[in-house]
Amino acid sequence: MKENNAILTTHDLAVGYRNGKQQVTLLSGLDLVMEKGKLVALLGQNGAGKSTLLRALTCDERPLNGTIEVNGKDLLTMSQKDRSRLIGLVSTERIQAGALTVRELVGLGRQPHTGFLGRLDDEDRAIIQQAMTDSGIISKADEYMASLSDGERQKAMIARALAQQTPIIILDEPTAFLDVASRIETMRLLQTLAHERGKAVLLSSHDISQSLMLADELWLITTGRQVLTGNPSKLVADGAMDRLFENRSIHFNDKILDYSF
Amino acid sequence: MTYRRFAVTIATLTLLLVLLALACLMFGSVDIPAGKIVDILSGKGSGNTAWDIIILQSRIPMIATAALAGAALSVSGLLLQTTFNNPLAGPSILGVSSGAGLGVAIVILALGGSLGGLLGENMGSYMAILVGALLGAGMVLVVLIAFSAIVRSNTMLLIIGILVSYLTSSVVQLLNSVASEEGVHNYVAWGFGNFSGVSVAQMPVYAGIIILALIGSALMVKPLNALLLGARYASNLGINVSRTRNFLLIITGVLTAVVTAFCGPIGFIGLVVPHIARMSLGTSNHVRLVPATILAGADIALLCALVSVNNPHGIIPINAITPVIGVPIILYIILNRRRIQYFN
Repeated sequence: MKENNAILTTHDLAVGYRNGKQQVTLLSGLDLVMEKGKLVALLGQNGAGKSTLLRALTCDERPLNGTIEVNGKDLLTMSQKDRSRLIGLVSTERIQAGALTVRELVGLGRQPHTGFLGRLDDEDRAIIQQAMTDSGIISKADEYMASLSDGERQKAMIARALAQQTPIIILDEPTAFLDVASRIETMRLLQTLAHERGKAVLLSSHDISQSLMLADELWLITTGRQVLTGNPSKLVADGAMDRLFENRSIHFNDKILDYSF
Repeated sequence: MTYRRFAVTIATLTLLLVLLALACLMFGSVDIPAGKIVDILSGKGSGNTAWDIIILQSRIPMIATAALAGAALSVSGLLLQTTFNNPLAGPSILGVSSGAGLGVAIVILALGGSLGGLLGENMGSYMAILVGALLGAGMVLVVLIAFSAIVRSNTMLLIIGILVSYLTSSVVQLLNSVASEEGVHNYVAWGFGNFSGVSVAQMPVYAGIIILALIGSALMVKPLNALLLGARYASNLGINVSRTRNFLLIITGVLTAVVTAFCGPIGFIGLVVPHIARMSLGTSNHVRLVPATILAGADIALLCALVSVNNPHGIIPINAITPVIGVPIILYIILNRRRIQYFN
């Protein structure tokens, strides 16, 4: 069952950064699996290597070691075009898209599927429309990105990733700049995309309680630079959550799936 | 709705282009009756050889030179602004124009002549000048790419561009200090900027290169739009970011170098026109932005050319006119950046 749904797998993956000739390994020996229809939350302290791991999975940085396969094909050696049809990205980078309408922005998600000049046909337009509907941003379709709230912008960026029609969506801190209501809405949207559209969704987050409640699986980067994986209740029951923090006074309660001080 | 705005903008800019070109044809330091101009254009001749020469070998080449220079510099500015994710980038402010100028100065001195040779009809020497300008512009672009990888701040990159300008200008001045008095004079005159430097014989090379590079930039609208989202998103959308960026900067270098070699280092047009295009269209979408930038650039340059030659006391340098148009627009943009969509 698990093998059938697996879409992205890593083997002996090591990530970190190169500082001149020196290699600094942040995480190593990672054998991770992302499955269709599952929402995975990546948790860890600042500097633990969350972004570095995500950058490796989206091929923005070469891993120091190991392989990443999607549907059994090596992600690192495949063409950029093929990759762009497998993994969609939502990051927190500053974009210059204020004078694009939501529809135009979401339309950029069609780029891997369109021709040399990026012309959209009726099918593309229907997909864009559907992506905006699914993300709950359709009512703002013809408004400028500049006029949207932070939460609405994030929905538009998620719609853009949806229009890309990739089986995998990776989000780097998608809720970082959002207020509480937008955070919950965004997380619910991602959960729906996983459960109802069968997407494999991976997001990094600081929001532990929401990740515990809404994610199907957690990837925990412990203070000992290990990555523990499993479903939230199991990880809490095993006491794994306690290893997320240096501070021993924070403990997780497996009955209420939340933490106490 | 947005399509209508695009159609209206393009129609207006095209109409302006026609009107400004006609005005440049009709008005200049010498008064030629409109009827005679029609006769000259229809091939009948006006019966006045001087008038024939003024129209056919001075005014028409100037109109073509100015329109193409304006389009070229404006598209350069647009490509630089998108590539460096920096709304205040432009070929002159980033030092690309002065790099091209340095290349020109070195070639002139190496050829043993003066910058006056620029206006000569010797094919070999102006091709050498063109190559010098290309190498100079290319060198500055390489420096900018290197620094943009190190300094992430937009403002810092602008300051580096300005520093590069100062440095190249000072090298040119040092070169001039060993050059002949005539060379210095010609260099200073070249630095004023003018659209009358392309002769009929040089026009095919000048126009050919610019038109090819403009077509090249029009074919890049898809990756340009992806770059609006930044390098990481563009790469995720399947764009080879470094290759795309290099190609865009080569186009920028070619456009700026050709214009600078023939017309001098012309400021402000490349910086200002992409903003005029964005604000008239209300979009950053390059599919609409590139054609509007080309037309608006041609319009502004023709306007400058028209003002330049219609002064009873002599020709006004182009670089004395562009800041008068450019500075108020830039100040308006800076002061209103909160209300202008593409800054947010």
